[in-house]
Amino acid sequence: MGEKLLMKGNEVIAEAALRAGCKHYFGYPITPQTEIAHYMAKKMPEVDGVFVQAESEVAAINMVYGAAAAGARVLTSSSSPGISLKQEGISYIAGAELPCVIVNIVRCGPGLGGILPAQCDYFQAVKGGGHGDYKMVVLAPSSVQELYELTVDAFNIADKYRIVTMIMGDGILGQMMEAVEFRNQEEIIPADKSWATTGTEMKRDNNMVTSIYINPEMLEKHNQKLQAKYKQIEENETRVEVYNCENPDIIITAFGTVARIVKNVIKTAEKEGIKIGLIRPISLWPFPTQEFEKYAEVPKAFLSVELNAGQMVEDVKLAVNGKRPVHFYGRMGGMIPSQQEILDKVKEILK
Amino acid sequence: MATVFKRPHALKDLSMHYCPGCTHGIVHRLIAEVIDELGIEGKTIGVSPVGCTYNNYEYFNCDMVQAAHGRAPAVGTGIKRVNPDNLVFTYQGDGDLAAIGTAEIVHAATRGEKITSIFVNNAIYGMTSGQMAPTTLMNQVTTTSPFGRKPDLHGFPVKVCELLSTLEGAVYVERVSVHDIKNIMNAKKAIKKAFQIQMAGKGFAIVEILSTCPTNWGLKPVDALKWVQDKMIPFYPLGNFKGKDLEV
Ligand SMILES: Cc1ncc(C[n+]2csc(CCOP(=O)(O)OP(=O)(O)O)c2C)c(N)n1
Ligand code: SF4
Ligand SMILES: [Mg+2]
Repeated sequence: MGEKLLMKGNEVIAEAALRAGCKHYFGYPITPQTEIAHYMAKKMPEVDGVFVQAESEVAAINMVYGAAAAGARVLTSSSSPGISLKQEGISYIAGAELPCVIVNIVRCGPGLGGILPAQCDYFQAVKGGGHGDYKMVVLAPSSVQELYELTVDAFNIADKYRIVTMIMGDGILGQMMEAVEFRNQEEIIPADKSWATTGTEMKRDNNMVTSIYINPEMLEKHNQKLQAKYKQIEENETRVEVYNCENPDIIITAFGTVARIVKNVIKTAEKEGIKIGLIRPISLWPFPTQEFEKYAEVPKAFLSVELNAGQMVEDVKLAVNGKRPVHFYGRMGGMIPSQQEILDKVKEILK
Repeated sequence: MATVFKRPHALKDLSMHYCPGCTHGIVHRLIAEVIDELGIEGKTIGVSPVGCTYNNYEYFNCDMVQAAHGRAPAVGTGIKRVNPDNLVFTYQGDGDLAAIGTAEIVHAATRGEKITSIFVNNAIYGMTSGQMAPTTLMNQVTTTSPFGRKPDLHGFPVKVCELLSTLEGAVYVERVSVHDIKNIMNAKKAIKKAFQIQMAGKGFAIVEILSTCPTNWGLKPVDALKWVQDKMIPFYPLGNFKGKDLEV
C-alpha cells in the first residue's frame, strides 16, 4: 500500500475512479453526493479527461451510454431521485451490454423524501429498477477504505462482463472523513473493446451497439446470453464478510454503514453474555446466498437490520429458506438505529 | 463505360423497410453520399433514434449506436467527448427530437457539442401509427387529433430551426426539403456543410429536413410530395437560419 490520507467518502470515490483509469464523468448535481462532481470538475482537466454537467440525469446516463459505446471507462453518480431518472438508460445499457459504473449515495424517499441516509433503494438496485430481465452488480461498501477499493474493482468488473456496476452507499459514508490508504498502482485489468464504436478506419466491418432485437428468436437468445452471464457473475463475484459467526445465539445481517453499528452492538452484547454474529453482504447482487445457506442452522434466529421498511430481509429469508426465523428491524426517513435499540431487539427475539 | 450513378459505399446493399413514397430513404442516401464525398466513413459514428428509422444502424457502413427515444444528442455527446476525432451524427424524427428529446437537443446545442443532427420532420409520429407530433400542422388530422389540430386543445407547432438558432452554441442551422430534385440537391449541400462544420470544429450543426409520411398522412406518394410543397413549406420556411457564411 502507498499514500495514506484523510478524505471525505465522496471524494475518495472520485479519486478511486481516476486511479482506475476513468477519464469521463457525466452527472447532474444532487445532495448528498455532489462532492464527486466537484472533485471531477477540478481533476479531469489534469488528466486530459472529460467532465460534463448534463442537463438532467436522463441526459447524463445517455452520455454514459455513448461514452461506454465508444470504449471509455465512464462514471456517473447521483442520489435516489436522480437514480430513478437514470433507470431508462440503465436498462438500455444493460441490453446493449455496455460497461459503466454508477454511484448511488442513497437518500430517503419516496418522492423528494429527504437528504439523510437511507437504504431504501435496495429493491430498485438489486431487483431491477428499469424494465426488462437485467441485473447489475451492486457493491455496498461500509468504510471509506472500502469505498476506494470497491470503486476500483467496480470498473474492472464492469469491463470484464460488460455490465453496469453500481456502488451503493449513503450520506454517512459519502460525507464521512476517514483515513484511506491508496495503492501505489491500481490493477487495471485490460478488457477486450473490439466491439466499441470508435470508427471503422475502413479496416473492419462496422460495429453496432444496440438493445433492440425485433426478431423474437434472436431476442430470446440475447436474453439467454445475458442470463448465462449473470450466472457466471454469481459464481465469480459474490462478496461477503462473515464476522463472529462461530456458535452465535443470533446472526444479524446488515450492509453498508449499518454493519458498522452492528459491530459495536456485538461488543456490547458480548459483555452481557450474548453472542451475535454478523453476515455483511458486500455484493448486494450477486447476493451471498450460499453463505446464508451455510449458516442457516447455526444460530437460533436471524435479524436483518436496515435503513428501510424491510427490503434485504426478503433475500435473507429466501436464502435461510425457513430453517430459522428471520426477523427485521429498520428505521426510515433518515433515522439511524441506536446500538441500544438493536440490542433490545436481539434480547426480545432471544427471550 | 464510365459509372455515373452507384450506391454510395457508406450505405449497405440492403433494401430498406420504409413504406413506398417515404422520403426517409432519400435522406439516408444523401447522408451516405456526403460521407463518401468527404471520405469520412472510417471515422463517422451515427446514432439511430426511436421512430421508423430505429434500425437504420443496419443500413450504414460506418459504426452505429442505437439510442433511446429522444436521447440521441446525449448519446452523441458521450461518443464525441470520448473520441473528438470521430464525426458524430444523430438521425432523429420530430417526435424523437422535438417532443421527448427536447431537453437533449436544446442542451447539446447550448453546449455547442461538435456533432451534426439530421432532423427529419414529417409532422407526425410515423412508427406508432400516425399520432400528433409537436410539428403537426394546425388543423392536420392525426390519430390523436382526429378533428384536426386545434390551438385551444393542442397548442401550436414547434419550429425547431427558429428555436435552436437563438442559441449561441448552434452555429449552423438550416431547413431543407426532399420533395423534388432541386430541393434534394439543396438538402445534400446543407448536410455536407453540417458535416464540414463539425470537421472544422465549429460547434453544433443541425439540418431539418421536411419529409413525407404518405402512410399516416393518408395520401398517395405523389400527393404527399405536393403536401410538403403546399402545406408544410408555407409554415416551415426553407433556408439557412445560421452559419451560411461560416468558412469550413
Ligand atoms: C420511451 C418511449 N416512449 C414511447 C415510445 C414509442 N414510440 C416509438 S417511435 C415513436 C414516435 C416516433 O416519431 P418520430 O420521432 O416523429 O419518428 P418517425 O417514425 O415519424 O420517423 C414513439 C412515441 C418508445 N419507443 N419509447
Ligand atoms: S410510416 Fe411514414 S415515416 Fe414511417 S416508413 Fe412509413 S411512410 Fe415513412
Ligand atoms: Mg415523425
